[in-house]
Amino acid sequence: MQVDLRLSEIVAYDNLENIFKFLAEFFPPHTEKDFLKAVLIALWETLAISIVGTLLSAIFGLTLAYFSSEYNDTIAGKISSDFCKFLLNVLRSIPELVWAALLIISAGLGPFAGCLAIIFHTTGVLGRLFSDALENVPPEAPGVLRINGVSNFNIFLHNKMSQLTVQFSSYILYRWENNIRVASVLGLVGAGGLGQLLSFHLGLFLMDKACTVILAMLLLILFVDGLSYSIRRRIY
Amino acid sequence: MLASEYRDTIARRNFTFVVIFIVLFFPLIQTVEFYPWVLFGEKNLKITIDFLSTFYPPNLTNTFLLKVFESSLQTVAIATVGLFFALLIGIPSALLITTALSVSEFENRKPVLPYFFRYLIRALLILLRSIPEIVWALIFVRVVGLGPTAGILAIALTYGGMLGKVYAEILESGDNPPGKYAMQIGCSRLQVLMYFLIPQNLLELLSYTVYRWECAIRSTVIMGFVGAGGLGFQLESSLKMFAGDEVLTILFAFIGLVWLSDYFSKSVRKSLT
Repeated sequence: MQVDLRLSEIVAYDNLENIFKFLAEFFPPHTEKDFLKAVLIALWETLAISIVGTLLSAIFGLTLAYFSSEYNDTIAGKISSDFCKFLLNVLRSIPELVWAALLIISAGLGPFAGCLAIIFHTTGVLGRLFSDALENVPPEAPGVLRINGVSNFNIFLHNKMSQLTVQFSSYILYRWENNIRVASVLGLVGAGGLGQLLSFHLGLFLMDKACTVILAMLLLILFVDGLSYSIRRRIY
Repeated sequence: MLASEYRDTIARRNFTFVVIFIVLFFPLIQTVEFYPWVLFGEKNLKITIDFLSTFYPPNLTNTFLLKVFESSLQTVAIATVGLFFALLIGIPSALLITTALSVSEFENRKPVLPYFFRYLIRALLILLRSIPEIVWALIFVRVVGLGPTAGILAIALTYGGMLGKVYAEILESGDNPPGKYAMQIGCSRLQVLMYFLIPQNLLELLSYTVYRWECAIRSTVIMGFVGAGGLGFQLESSLKMFAGDEVLTILFAFIGLVWLSDYFSKSVRKSLT
C-alpha cells in the first residue's frame, strides 16, 4: 500500500519557484466582456441544473419514500417496499460524478446528463431521509386514524405530511446547497455548466480564464448558501 | 356545520405562488435541456442497451480483481495521508482562530488587531474549503502530474479548511469553559489547551476526524476521475473503454469500500462515546 508521495520533489527549491510561477499565472483573472458573458451563461446553466435536479428528486424521492414506508401490511406490499428501499440504497451509494459519466453515454454531453445524474443520486438520498422521517412520526395519531378506517394514503397526506413539511423543506434545502457544488463540478466530465468551461480552459492552460471560472463557482456557491439560509429563516 | 367555516383562507395565495413557480420553471427546464424522450430515441436506446449488456457478467478474473484490490488500497492510502496533512493545516489554524484560547476576549476594550488576524485566517480557511476538491485536484494534476500526489494535496487543502473551522468551533463549544478563568488567574495558553480544552473535547474531536476520514475516502474515489489515482482513475479508464463488466466490478468494490469504512468509522465512534 504505497503512495509514492515524492514530497521532497515538490518542496525542492527550484521546483518551488516553478510552482509559484505556475500559480502566478492565475492572477489577474480574465475580464473580457465576451468571456464574462459566456461565464454568466454557464453560471445560469449550473444554477438551473441544480434547481431542476433538486426539485425533481424531491418529487421522485417522496414517491419512492411513500412506497417504501407505507405499505408494510400485505406480503406484496412488504416485497415492493423492500424493493424500493433497495433501489434507494443503490441510487444513493453511487456518487453523482459516476452517474454523470454513465449517463453521458445515454443522454449525450450537455446539461441533461448532469441534471439526470443529480436526480438519480439525490432521489436516493432524499428518499432515504424522507422514508426514515415518515417511519419515525409519533404513531398515536395515525393509529387512531387507521382504527377509524382512514386509508394509508389519506393518513400520509393529511397527518404525516403536515407534520413533516418543515423537516422535508430543510432536507431539500440542505441537498440544494450540496447539489450546487456538485453541479459546478459535474461539467468536468462533460455534463455542462461551469465545470465544462473550467475543464476546457484548464486543458488549454488558459489559467487566467480558469481563475475567472473558479471565482464564478465560488460566488455561485456562496449565493446559494445565502439564499438557502434566508429561506430557512423564513420557514422556521 | 357550515362548509364556509372550513374554507382555506390562504388557498388563493398559495395557488398563485404555485402557478408563478410552474411558469418560471419552464425556462429552467429549457436551459437544462430536460427532454426525457431523448433517452428513448432510436440511436440512444441502442447505445444504452449495448452498453448495459456489457455489464453482466461482472469481470471477476484474477488479474483484474488484483488490480481493483490494489487500487482500493491506494485509495485508502491517499485518503489517510491526505487527512494527515489536513491535520497539519487544520490544527494550527484551529488554535489560532478559536476564541477559547483568546486572552483578548475578556478585556474591556474592543481588541481590533486580534479580531482582524483571526478573521484573516478564517477567510483563508473558507477559501480552502469552498473550492470543490476536484477543482483543487485538477490544478494539482497540472502541477505535480497524474498520480496520487495530486489527490493527497487536494484532500490536504480542502479537509484542512474543514477541520480547522470545526475544531475551532468544538473547542469553543464545551459548556462553561473553565479555561477562561484559568487564563484570568494566570495560566498560560498551552496549559489551558492541554489541561482543560483537550480533555474536555477530545472525544468530539476524534469522532469528527474519523467521520471526515470516511468522507475523504469517498472524495478520493471521485478525484480519481480527474487523474489523482486510486479506484476512480481505474473506473474512468474502464468507462472510456466501454468495458461494462470492469465498471460493474469496480462499482461493487467502491460500494464495499464505502460500507467497510462506514462500519469502521461507526464502530470507532461508538467505542469513543
